[in-house]
Amino acid sequence: MKAIDRKMVRDLWGMKGQALAIILVLASGIAVFVMALTTLASLVQSQETYYDRYRFAHVFAHLKRAPNSLAERIAEVPGVSRVETRIVAAVTLDVPGLAEPGVGKLISVPESHAPSMNVPHLRGGRYVEPGRPGEVLVSEAFALSHNLKPGDRVNAVLNGRLQPLKIVGIALSPEYIFSIREGELFPDDKRFGVFWMGYTELAAAFDMQGAFNSVVLALNAEANEPEVLRLLDRITEPFGGIGAIGRADQLSHRLVTNEFSQLQGMALLTPTIFLAVTAFLLNVVMGRLINTQREQIAALRAFGYTRWDIGLHYCKLVMLLVVIGVALGTLVGAWLASALTEMYSAFFRFPVFYFVLPPNVVALALGISVAAGLLGTWSAIRRASRLPPAEAMRPEPPADFRPTILERLGLQRFLSVSVRMILRQIERKPRQALLTVTGIALATGMLVLGNFVIDAVDYVIDFQFFNSQRQDVNVAFVEPSSHRALNEVRNLPGVRDAEPYRGVAARIRSGHVWRKLGILGLESEPRLFRVLDAEQKQVRMPPEGVVLSEKLAQILEVRPGDTVTVEVLEGDRPVREVPVSGVFADYSMPSAYMHIDAVREMLREGDTLSGAFLAVDSQYLNTLYKQLKQTPKVANVSVKRAALDTFEQLLNENLLRMKAFNVFFATVICFGVVYNSARISLAERSRELATLRVIGFTRGEISMILLGELTILTLVAIPLGLMFGYGLAGFAVTVMDTETQRFPLVVSSATYAFAATVTIVAAVCSGLVVRRKLDHLDLVSVLKSRE
Amino acid sequence: MSTATTRERTAVFEARGLTKVYRLGEVEVHALRGVDMELYESEFVVLLGPSGSGKSTLLNILGGLDVPTAGTVRYREHSLTDDDDAALTRYRREHVGFVFQFYNLIPSLTARENVALVTEISPSPLPPEEALELVGLAPRMDHFPSQLSGGEQQRVAIARAIAKQPEVLLCDEPTGALDVQTGVVVLEAIERINRELGTTTAVITHNAVIAGMADRVIHLSGGKISHVHDNPTKVSAHDLVW
Ligand SMILES: Nc1ncnc2c1ncn2[C@@H]1O[C@H](COP(=O)(O)OP(=O)(O)OP(=O)(O)O)[C@@H](O)[C@H]1O
Ligand SMILES: [Mg+2]
Repeated sequence: MKAIDRKMVRDLWGMKGQALAIILVLASGIAVFVMALTTLASLVQSQETYYDRYRFAHVFAHLKRAPNSLAERIAEVPGVSRVETRIVAAVTLDVPGLAEPGVGKLISVPESHAPSMNVPHLRGGRYVEPGRPGEVLVSEAFALSHNLKPGDRVNAVLNGRLQPLKIVGIALSPEYIFSIREGELFPDDKRFGVFWMGYTELAAAFDMQGAFNSVVLALNAEANEPEVLRLLDRITEPFGGIGAIGRADQLSHRLVTNEFSQLQGMALLTPTIFLAVTAFLLNVVMGRLINTQREQIAALRAFGYTRWDIGLHYCKLVMLLVVIGVALGTLVGAWLASALTEMYSAFFRFPVFYFVLPPNVVALALGISVAAGLLGTWSAIRRASRLPPAEAMRPEPPADFRPTILERLGLQRFLSVSVRMILRQIERKPRQALLTVTGIALATGMLVLGNFVIDAVDYVIDFQFFNSQRQDVNVAFVEPSSHRALNEVRNLPGVRDAEPYRGVAARIRSGHVWRKLGILGLESEPRLFRVLDAEQKQVRMPPEGVVLSEKLAQILEVRPGDTVTVEVLEGDRPVREVPVSGVFADYSMPSAYMHIDAVREMLREGDTLSGAFLAVDSQYLNTLYKQLKQTPKVANVSVKRAALDTFEQLLNENLLRMKAFNVFFATVICFGVVYNSARISLAERSRELATLRVIGFTRGEISMILLGELTILTLVAIPLGLMFGYGLAGFAVTVMDTETQRFPLVVSSATYAFAATVTIVAAVCSGLVVRRKLDHLDLVSVLKSRE
Repeated sequence: MSTATTRERTAVFEARGLTKVYRLGEVEVHALRGVDMELYESEFVVLLGPSGSGKSTLLNILGGLDVPTAGTVRYREHSLTDDDDAALTRYRREHVGFVFQFYNLIPSLTARENVALVTEISPSPLPPEEALELVGLAPRMDHFPSQLSGGEQQRVAIARAIAKQPEVLLCDEPTGALDVQTGVVVLEAIERINRELGTTTAVITHNAVIAGMADRVIHLSGGKISHVHDNPTKVSAHDLVW
């Protein structure tokens, strides 16, 4: 080995603690980056394969009733490659062991063969067979949550008649990756199940022989989806069509996409910030490390080593660290990613599972790290070789200490001698102090960013489930009902309050932009289902006019005072110009509310309601559920507590775990950075401190100087770091702002406290190490050999 | 060697009007104030002068370690003052052996490795072991600088400078930290390089006795050459009387 390479190895060994810290910092940044991007790539790959293999449809449309022959007309629409008609019906379920009524969605399938699209994937049992009444396939999520097996039965109310469903198979479908029913925000596998039943039997139960109420299409590559939707709407309208949708609006797909885009937000933003900060830190650390070898560099140059030789020498050192760091980070990241992907796949119930480690992710991580490391090295070497070797090799001239600003302001009587020394030191080397502060602040900021997601989610939960929606139960009727139904519901056991609502499917349009959604008509100042603005103040329902969610207003580019066109998709399909009378805060799907009377007036109805929100005494809940189960009028019962539980479970399983990883790595980075800053300060100052020892300063006194400096810099860095973290969170909020989900910019004091605490603990630990090193400072060798 | 023949020899170095000013904030330190001098092929020159008189500064400029504020230096046909950093580096690498006043050993390398560091990039070096032998350090070859005394470190520095068998050897107080006996060993090594290889040698010292070894002695004071004298009665190192 060449002498100069031997020097590299020895240098590296001599700073093994620091090298390890640098490697860990880098590996942490890389791990988060690789973890997130790999998880995302794997999931997207799994999803695409799933869609492809089980032929997820491109277009979905519901209508009241149409003859099967209509399928031929639909097939003629240009761009349509396949048409499948079917019957879809909502039923109330009575599941053993479930107090409240469940909701089932029955989908018809051909008896003799699998459907041509949205093919159910059998996980167990067999397909339904012709001529065997009551046979169904059940969605796996529902089956699992009730421990249902082929051969078990579930009772359902089909078109007013109680009928047992015989489970013969357990299935998955790309159409119900998220088993979620319309009008809900979260999947609820306990209370909502999808069933596939032979067409003949389902048609008989609902008097739909020879007819269908749902159609799905596959499009070919040349198809123009909006045009297909338009033509399909025109065909289905006479049959009570409520508007066709593409995949983008299909509930399950939309939620999966939303989960993915959220993951992508996490996957791209957080790791990119991590990597950027890591790169910066690597740059700084390498730069400072090389600075401490200034005189050695000068000596090498004096012997005739070129800048290039010296650059190469340090590059090798950096590359070694970077390669180890990247390799370690990639391994850990890929390992975590495979765990996360598996977890997500289980969560999404993908029947196919892919794990891909995209080579470009690794290449990118490596490239960024290499660039960052080399940049730091290069600039330090440039700085080191700017001076002529003779000058760089001279012992540093005694520092020209000056009284600090504080002293010049005449405040010195408040400062002890050591504090004065510390302050003078900081003022003399502002660059080093600045770099230390910046490094620590960045690390602190990342801790804030790592935890902030949970603050945001907590806020949303609080906002959505406690401040805004105060009902316990939401009861939806099969058909819009009269005021009598409300009274009936009011008289159910345990009901303390009931609030009617009238929901209507509609298209809200402004110019060319439109969204299809359900407009909910509410009383003017609902007590249970409250619409709140960003300040959490209740928004009153105006007598006329519509109240839009902020995001919807933004999409439609309207503000209060403007008008939007409301095209009702039910009944006589009236079209109205409606003024926008307000906007409100919301963090999920776009939504719109009107006064219930305005909705009724639009529909030319009397005192109708499509459901009611109930406040219920918790001790009566079970009695109420029992009663509701036997009420044929009730199509749908959703329980807020249950929704909240699923939501929190969803979070715990995914977001929280990812957050935990991020926080863990941010902590590692914080420790690495603080430790390195302390060690570099020590290296930069060891001569000076040894000299002080020689002239009679005690260990305590010199420790005080170095540790005092670290303390002051840490204390300055923490508030800056918290501010930086808030900025990062703000940036994250902007990036994660999607149509279906947004996060408010709220950072709890617990998050700040956590970030500050980790930083302080890291500083204390590093301080102890430095203190130990100082105690073992070899005075003679430090002064003898001129490094 | 007679004065006459020395004068006829080719000048290896020729410095004209060398000035070096260090600017420390408001204060200017004039390290050199217009130095004119020559060093001739194969001669042994000793630089004498009080502390702070500019000896190191002058030697550093000749060695291509530093650049003057004004004036010119020629090394053979080559103007060092017109050189850029890369050319100066090549010059140092190919022609100059340097012993620094503060040794400047690499602390993470052993004595042998410190020498190897230089021999590995020289065109026709001695083996590092041989160079260390010459300064009497063979038994301490594998020790790190921190395990060596100041004088031993200095001898490693000298071994490092002579190991590359340079064309010019510039030594800044090579015996400053040495006792008489070791000092003589070191000076003998330098003398041998000068004699056997015809290496042009310049040695800074505070020890006027050493001037007895020189062909010429240059006295500096206050950044100027105060006088130069030829030494017709040159003696070899081990005949020096301290
Ligand atoms: N990098 C520098 N910055 C400022 N002043 C310098 C620098 N290098 C040298 N000097 C000053 O230039 C003058 C000459 O310095 P030089 O090192 O050449 O002296 P010297 O003759 O070698 O002294 P010594 O015998 O003490 O080594 C001194 O006054 C010194 O303080
Ligand atoms: Mg000197």
